[in-house]
Amino acid sequence: MSGPLTHTYRSGEVHRFAAADQDFIYLVSAGAIFALDGAVGDVLAMLDTQEVSHGDLVARLASPGASSMGMSPADAEDLVRELRLARVIVSDQTVAAPAPAKPEGDYPLQALVLNITNQCNLACTYCYEFGADKISTQAGKPKYMTLDTAKASVDLLLAQSGGRPAVHITFFGGETLMNFALLKDVVTYATQQAEAEGRAITFSLTTNATLLTDPIIEFLADARIGVTVSIDGPKEMQDKRRVYKSGKGSYDVIEPKLRKLLARHRSRAITARVTLSDGVTDVVSIFRHLREDLGFHEVGFAPVTESGEQAYALGEAGMTSVLEQFHQLADEWLEYALRGQMHGFSNVSETIGELVQGTNKSHPCGAGLGLMGVSPSGDLSPCHRFTDADSHVMGHVSTGIDRAAQGAFLTKGHVGAKYECQSCWARPLCAGGCHHEAFVRYGDTGHANLHYCDWIREWTDTCLKIQGTLAVKNPEFLEKFAERKGLS
Amino acid sequence: MKHLRPVNQKAKAISENVEAQIAATQEDVVGLQQTVRPHVPMGCTLSFSPGWEVDATGGTAGLCQPVERDIYDCYVTCFWPVQVPDHVNYSPDWASNCAAAAKDWRSLDIIFP
Repeated sequence: MSGPLTHTYRSGEVHRFAAADQDFIYLVSAGAIFALDGAVGDVLAMLDTQEVSHGDLVARLASPGASSMGMSPADAEDLVRELRLARVIVSDQTVAAPAPAKPEGDYPLQALVLNITNQCNLACTYCYEFGADKISTQAGKPKYMTLDTAKASVDLLLAQSGGRPAVHITFFGGETLMNFALLKDVVTYATQQAEAEGRAITFSLTTNATLLTDPIIEFLADARIGVTVSIDGPKEMQDKRRVYKSGKGSYDVIEPKLRKLLARHRSRAITARVTLSDGVTDVVSIFRHLREDLGFHEVGFAPVTESGEQAYALGEAGMTSVLEQFHQLADEWLEYALRGQMHGFSNVSETIGELVQGTNKSHPCGAGLGLMGVSPSGDLSPCHRFTDADSHVMGHVSTGIDRAAQGAFLTKGHVGAKYECQSCWARPLCAGGCHHEAFVRYGDTGHANLHYCDWIREWTDTCLKIQGTLAVKNPEFLEKFAERKGLS
Repeated sequence: MKHLRPVNQKAKAISENVEAQIAATQEDVVGLQQTVRPHVPMGCTLSFSPGWEVDATGGTAGLCQPVERDIYDCYVTCFWPVQVPDHVNYSPDWASNCAAAAKDWRSLDIIFP
């Protein structure tokens, strides 16, 4: 028979960091961030190397020789209870915190990415849709989405989005503007349908900017359509891989168009999305050009997706250089934030937005969950990166979502199914990383993206320190991020 | 909370929850929640059969018998007033596939009245 229960404590899963002369913890089981006082630091230090029983812990905290303390036994009991209830320390009698729950099977859609054409007028050498590592099979499939398919997509989105007051459509390609006529019709139709149901709908598109014209820019501004431009930087970097089929660079074509777009379109954020690849690693000068010279509101960077064997891969040295420059821009971001200004480096803004909320992800992103991709033929896929990939069809706009395929994808992609992630403190934000990147790299969407774990942890730590510094010195600035997701 | 200061929304939610739990213990029945714990086998009734549905920490890991045994115990020793099948008249074999309730409680038959 059991005797009286005694608690023996160990440290909960926490990542400790310090910023602005203040100690913090990132509580991994929840994604919560707490500032600590000295007594908590002492408890965690005691539990660093060994487990300690309840009685011993209280006695040590209450002993006059202890560093922070000599607190009364009652105060020590209160401290231990506070830490136990918050799961900062855990007892052998405590049931482990569960992994974030898998969302319900009929989780409502929030956004669709309409691949309105798979055709493109550029031939960027690293393209995931047409390049060496492509997973799509376009042969024999429609090249342009028809209005019927697009309407069916809109209907599906509205029907499958439950009671959400607002939904979103992203137009994608190929080069999206090669099917601009359809885009206009879809905006009209979707707006009518949403209004009839008393719901809001917003739009955005991704483009390479080569086909922008004055009337198109007018339309995008008037219809409040968010624009993301895929661009790799100033001329010498843009023209390295973002080229026409002839090999000619695209910078000279897009530069004047972008200046017009940024001057005219003020109703939504215009962001630049940079792909970093071998030789295109000059992050700081790319940022300066796009943000300060051209005037993009936000600039985000991501390393090129590739199987690990391509010549355009970043490589170890490239990655190190990229990280150093990320830190330089992160420092600038913080300086701006301390003055109450937005800097425009998306890689920090996005992470801070998630840290402010305390995101604890069951899946790396909304793919296959609140978001799906639609190919020109109407096939559904987890996201735009799986468009036209036969291996990842998840239903059709005319017949609905294939719940079995969706369930299998989400079961694989759940953070709890990724063994390596279980011991990583950065999993609340990363959850194993991009499903598509994992498929290209490891042939399995459910594989953790092990090739960038160290990088993710270092970056998350950097952003935690920024968050910590702001929590001490300019907490009002962080409040701007509380509703960020809703505004973008 | 006195020692942890929340600096994001999730931390605020946890903080509120912890405060509520502490407040609840302060106004609740304190029989088994006092900090100097009584010398009784926690998690059991005095007859060493299940009865406490949760252990002293609010979980089930510390019960002296697995929670699954609860239902079986109600049937066999029949002192606990819950709805179990009538094993005298209509469902004598209700538990015959279930030798060790903690392991194979899933084999308990479903009874349709």
